[in-house]
Amino acid sequence: MKIGTLSDVQKIKQKALQELFPKKIKLSVGLGSCGIAAGADAVYDALKKEVKKKKLDIQIAKTGCLGFCGEEPMVNLYKPGFPLLVLHRVTEKDVGNIVQVLAEGDIPQKKVFCKIEHVDNFVDSEELQFGKKLKNVPHSHDIPFYQKQKKIVLRDCGLIDPENIEEFIAVGGYSSLLKVLKNLSPEEVIKIVKKSGLRGRGGAGFPTGIKWEVARNNPGDKKYVICNADEGDPGAYMNRNEMESDPHMLIEGMIIGGYAIGADEGIIYARTEYPLAIERVNGALEEAKKYGLLGKNICNSTFDFDITIVCGAGAFVCGEETALIASIEGYSGRPRPRPPFPAQKGLNGKPTVINNVETWCTIPVVMAKGPKWFSQVGTEGSKGTKVFSLVGTVKNVGLVEVPMGITLKEIIYDIGGGGIQGRKVKAIQTGGPSGGCIPTALFDLPVDYEGLQKSGSIMGSGGMVVMDERTCMVDITKYFLSFTEEESCGKCIPCRRGLEYMRNILEDITEGKGKMSQIDELVEIASVVKQASLCGLGQTAPNPVLSTIQYFRNEYEAHIRDHKCPAGVCKPLIKYFIEEETCTGCHVCVRACPTGAVLGEKKKAHTIDLDKCIKCGACFDACKFDAVRVE
Amino acid sequence: MDNVIEKIIEKYKGKVGAVISSLEAVQEIYGYLPREVLEKISEELDVHLSRLFSLATFYSAFTLKPRGKHTIHVCLGTACHVRGAPKIVDELSRTLAVNPGDTTEDGNYTLETVRCVGCCSLAPVVRVDKDTYGYNTMDKVPKILTKYKD
Repeated sequence: MKIGTLSDVQKIKQKALQELFPKKIKLSVGLGSCGIAAGADAVYDALKKEVKKKKLDIQIAKTGCLGFCGEEPMVNLYKPGFPLLVLHRVTEKDVGNIVQVLAEGDIPQKKVFCKIEHVDNFVDSEELQFGKKLKNVPHSHDIPFYQKQKKIVLRDCGLIDPENIEEFIAVGGYSSLLKVLKNLSPEEVIKIVKKSGLRGRGGAGFPTGIKWEVARNNPGDKKYVICNADEGDPGAYMNRNEMESDPHMLIEGMIIGGYAIGADEGIIYARTEYPLAIERVNGALEEAKKYGLLGKNICNSTFDFDITIVCGAGAFVCGEETALIASIEGYSGRPRPRPPFPAQKGLNGKPTVINNVETWCTIPVVMAKGPKWFSQVGTEGSKGTKVFSLVGTVKNVGLVEVPMGITLKEIIYDIGGGGIQGRKVKAIQTGGPSGGCIPTALFDLPVDYEGLQKSGSIMGSGGMVVMDERTCMVDITKYFLSFTEEESCGKCIPCRRGLEYMRNILEDITEGKGKMSQIDELVEIASVVKQASLCGLGQTAPNPVLSTIQYFRNEYEAHIRDHKCPAGVCKPLIKYFIEEETCTGCHVCVRACPTGAVLGEKKKAHTIDLDKCIKCGACFDACKFDAVRVE
Repeated sequence: MDNVIEKIIEKYKGKVGAVISSLEAVQEIYGYLPREVLEKISEELDVHLSRLFSLATFYSAFTLKPRGKHTIHVCLGTACHVRGAPKIVDELSRTLAVNPGDTTEDGNYTLETVRCVGCCSLAPVVRVDKDTYGYNTMDKVPKILTKYKD
């Protein structure tokens, strides 16, 4: 049916709520990319089969991702009268037992991770209430990973079926759009966004409302809104999940943006490495068209708006807005100088607003709750929440949404649970290849645009990679520079040549051929590249160099002066050996070695033939007794 | 061939992002960008052939060389890097006797590295065709390969 009024939305909502939470047991499997890779699709198929085999009236459904990737595959268990239960680490083998227990009228306690008694989806006046049973099961908000989170953007992720528009409407979806179209002028919408203090979630943090205002006020018979979904930062996947788990949230935000600036066309520029996200957004666009939310005269208004998806083809620099526009226009993604800014002269020379996925996803909530409510969350200069992907050598990996202003310490230790395998965390890397490595001494820093910048890093789009004693800071800097060097479009010299030059020096240092004077040389080149490059890629690419020299200069010196890699990573500077007293002679390393370099009889201490050793580390990874050492 | 290309042109011609979307569709079907196809696209979309070659070499998702039956993508994102992805690339390079970017002699596998597939929580990640494998170790990799042996 075509949606024309708010009461149409209400009608769909009432019907859909009954489907979302039916009068019977329902199991919803979290089917994001991570979940699927962890085996969730096999669990989904097995559940369907098992329920059919046993002829049970249990509904098996799909949902998005709850963000706690380390506990995947996750399954929501809805049973009328009970709290919503989250089952974790569900494998195909567990399916038979889970279904059997449910058939007997019980709860599969062993697989229960936590319970949810109510959900506030913010865009709606009423909360979703579930039963209040099972006192011994912890609330989701008592689980350390979730405790300090505040889910505004990720509110529906892992709760609704991303492939069903009606479930999105059931939790208040598209009600903000209706309110905007019926009650607010475009100028009023812009005023609200400006007042909310929302800043771009792509990394640079430009005030969203101001960008919209510039585009609105720039004359043009045609205007565009673009969603930058070219999430290129390695170690970041917030946008992937937002699109996979709640694609309509993005679409709703973009329609509101289009209305505000006077655009009739929207484009989602998504990276090709995200096939599932593209598939779900495409499906969601089709559905939105069917319901009259895209196309001509949206919801019986005079406003026309449509969205197309364009896939990027694997170029990091296309995250830069002018390069992204060039790519859509059919050219190689090379940036051009600004001004003019895209809001003045963008796609095909027309005023264009480009916002990141998460920025668009925040808009419906800002519209529903108002600027005052939104700006109460966060800090003076950074309002609202931010989603981060917490990964690397940290215990609890996953997507976390936290209020701005939370400290790094809280994210890494309270939410993340600290280092893995009892190892000590050494640094956290934020902002991808454009960011910096922040040492433990600065973990009390508040996470907001200004705080992170002060430390020499940036907020970036939200990647947070935890590093520990086994991460070599010189090697990781070399890694980032090889990345940016390869992704540099080559248009301006400081970036094209400067990055190569710095990478060569780092190559020398990690091979033990470095000189002390090269550290200062790195700093000097880095400052030139930072100041003289044309676009954000070059201007920020030196950040990893500068921050690691500032905070981990001793590691550079150890490589140069002592020819040692303290983390045991840089191959030319390390050697593996087996500690005789600790070795049990179990032969595991002998079998793991691809070149036959580990020698020794069973039950006797082994040795490594250094001439044959290719330093691949297979023995090191294989040893369960820490007998293989690296120095 | 003509039929396939006509369909692609029909789908994208005159639309926003037509050039890049058409090339992606071609790559999806053929696994690479054959010259004859590029010539045809150039004619139909009225874009100079040199520009298409510029695009084909600028964007890393495009390739002008035919690929093997299965493409192995080793993710080299930051999380994968700190969790040992370089070791996985080395191991695959050694077992398959090819460098990243190349195809095995029997034409079965192409080994590629990719910037980040966004499954960082499963680091290190390997993607074979459309299947994603997480938590890889050096001894796990050969087991994955056997699934794609013909």
